[in-house]
Amino acid sequence: MLRIVEGPLHSESIYTYWYARYSSHNYGAYITFTGIVRAEKGVDALSFDIHEPMLRAWFDAWQSRAATEGAIVLMAHSNGDVPIHECSYIAAVLSQNRKVALKMIDEFVEDFKANAPIWKYDVKENKRIYAMDRSTPIEGAGILSTGRANE
Amino acid sequence: MITVEFLGPIGIAPMAMAVATFDELSEQLMKSEEIAFWLPVCAVAINDTLIHDRSTPLCDGDRVSLLPPVCGG
Repeated sequence: MLRIVEGPLHSESIYTYWYARYSSHNYGAYITFTGIVRAEKGVDALSFDIHEPMLRAWFDAWQSRAATEGAIVLMAHSNGDVPIHECSYIAAVLSQNRKVALKMIDEFVEDFKANAPIWKYDVKENKRIYAMDRSTPIEGAGILSTGRANE
Repeated sequence: MITVEFLGPIGIAPMAMAVATFDELSEQLMKSEEIAFWLPVCAVAINDTLIHDRSTPLCDGDRVSLLPPVCGG
């Protein structure tokens, strides 16, 4: 399950909904990771752009990978502005036992940071400033910047 | 013709281009200083599938997306 929400996430309702939906599915472990917008560098908020078709494809590939270990992944992410001290991201893994879920949540979140097509901006005085210094080129970046293929 | 779209912070409107290869596309895009700035850090998708092979052909009607560095969460 992938949810994209305009503005901040209501983390408690998302946790509660996921728990209610999956607690009877005989998973023994439910591990969550929550991203909260910090107050730093004078930002009023963070803001996000999402390319939804590719985010869904990325997420579906992860769901297939999780299935090979008897697990499922869940994710919710904000689109648009999220003020400081509000929630912008929740990832979760459910699995039969804790070891699979603990390992997978780390891999899932790290791959999310490196490859999910989401762009982050600092919001200061109502201006959006792309957080380029905190962003990561997607694997394979630069394919159009090199010389001709046969050179 | 293909359509080239520039995602996230690039802030450039989509362009229609008559190119059939990555080499031709690269040459066209490099003509713009503003776009050339982004090329070394952008991944490329055709019709929402990431491409890693520069010999991939471009077909009439393809939508090519340039994806700058990401940072979700």
